Amino acid sequence: MDRQPISPEGYSKLVSKMTPPSRHLRGCVRAFWVGGVICCIGQALTLLGEALHLTELTAPMFTSVVLIFLGTTLTGIGVYDQIGRYAGAGSIVPITGFANSVAAPAIEYRREGMVMGVGARIFQLAGPVLAYGITSSMLVGVLYWIARMWFL
Amino acid sequence: MSRVGRQTFVYDHPPRIAARTSIVGPKEAKGPLSDQFDILLDDDLLGMKSWELAEGEMVRRAVDHTLKQASLRPEDVEVMISGDLNNQIIASSFAARALGIPFFGQYGACSTFVQSLVLGGALLSGGFLNNAICCASSHFCTAERQFRMPLEMGTQRPPQASWTSTACGCALLTANAQPQDLKVCSGTVGRVVDQQIKDANHMGAAMAPAVYDTIVAHLEDTGRSANDYDLIATGDLGWIGRNLLMELFKRGGVEMPDGKLIDCGNSLFSQEQDPHAGGSGCGCVAAVSCGWLLRRVESGELRRILIAGSGAMLSPTSTLQGETIPSISYAICIEGGA
Repeated sequence: MDRQPISPEGYSKLVSKMTPPSRHLRGCVRAFWVGGVICCIGQALTLLGEALHLTELTAPMFTSVVLIFLGTTLTGIGVYDQIGRYAGAGSIVPITGFANSVAAPAIEYRREGMVMGVGARIFQLAGPVLAYGITSSMLVGVLYWIARMWFL
Repeated sequence: MSRVGRQTFVYDHPPRIAARTSIVGPKEAKGPLSDQFDILLDDDLLGMKSWELAEGEMVRRAVDHTLKQASLRPEDVEVMISGDLNNQIIASSFAARALGIPFFGQYGACSTFVQSLVLGGALLSGGFLNNAICCASSHFCTAERQFRMPLEMGTQRPPQASWTSTACGCALLTANAQPQDLKVCSGTVGRVVDQQIKDANHMGAAMAPAVYDTIVAHLEDTGRSANDYDLIATGDLGWIGRNLLMELFKRGGVEMPDGKLIDCGNSLFSQEQDPHAGGSGCGCVAAVSCGWLLRRVESGELRRILIAGSGAMLSPTSTLQGETIPSISYAICIEGGA
């Protein structure tokens, strides 16, 4: 009996060979239709906002607020994680997914208290998105400013 | 009490399993082994205010149920050996606090139950104790928040991910039991094996080499072959991990008939329940052993079995730091009574 039947490199190859791949095509189809439906709801809300005489600036804001409300509510009643399990990126990428990523830790860590639980952990998942989102928008802003100074 | 080879204890005065209890949560109770378990929970919060307290209560109930079968009180038990997956094994500590039994806290990730039996067996066979409670638990909701995502987070899991079971298994070892009680005959202490797997979702792949190492050590130390056992149960490699283990046996020249090796994680859930790679968690091998496997030995269907619990000893910190997964496995040999 051989105590070391395979090298780490050989084992790594064996593991890749024997692990079933994620089903990408199925995942893409599901993400496409669920993400598409969420976006259509968003567009309908914007049109509704315009019909209610909201301006070009306030109608998208109205849309975001309603979608965030829906995402948070569906997280609270335990539905959004089931949508996410089915749709993957389709329900993570839209703003409802961002709402889910903030509401989920807020619910999870409520038992650790309002300050060190909810307060400290609420951006556990959204934090990286905020940090790099804000940083990259600042960088793009600076590049835009330089480009305008030199080329326009 | 003697040791054979480098890693195996042979219990000269084999402790007996006088009583045992298995508890499982609602999802596990819908699985294929449902009618084998002693207590099926319909509320996985057990009326507590946090998941950690709920898991502690599950352990306490398992111990309580076990002691009732043996007509013992907590103060009659000399030592409780128990562990779980939480930070600082808090669920076991909560249970030990409620029971007041002298306590050894164990951590062997999903191998904890078998680790407890190996140690408990040695302490009883060596004459240090007359009885001991060996126990391990896991809870889906405590493990998820500890190792993965908040519960309500809408993400997908890769096919190689396993499902942490909400379950607890508890066995009472005694030095002076009835001759028909099951015998704990030998136990093998595993080495930490690391075949450079980094994917924290792929615990079956990380643990299979550790299980291979421990089973080979057990067979070499005792001079036996797989055919000397009616059943070898691993816990918990899952479907992919079990296939990897069979491949390792083939390459290492170890004879292992396919029907002889089962995995507790594969037995606890059916594929329709969508556990992905299979069940995992300390409670899985503990409940499946106490509920199903030991029952089969008791009934005489199986004469001698080997249970090889396996643990992926990763921490959330080591995973974030990109470290490979150190894995371990302990094996225990259990035989039917006279």
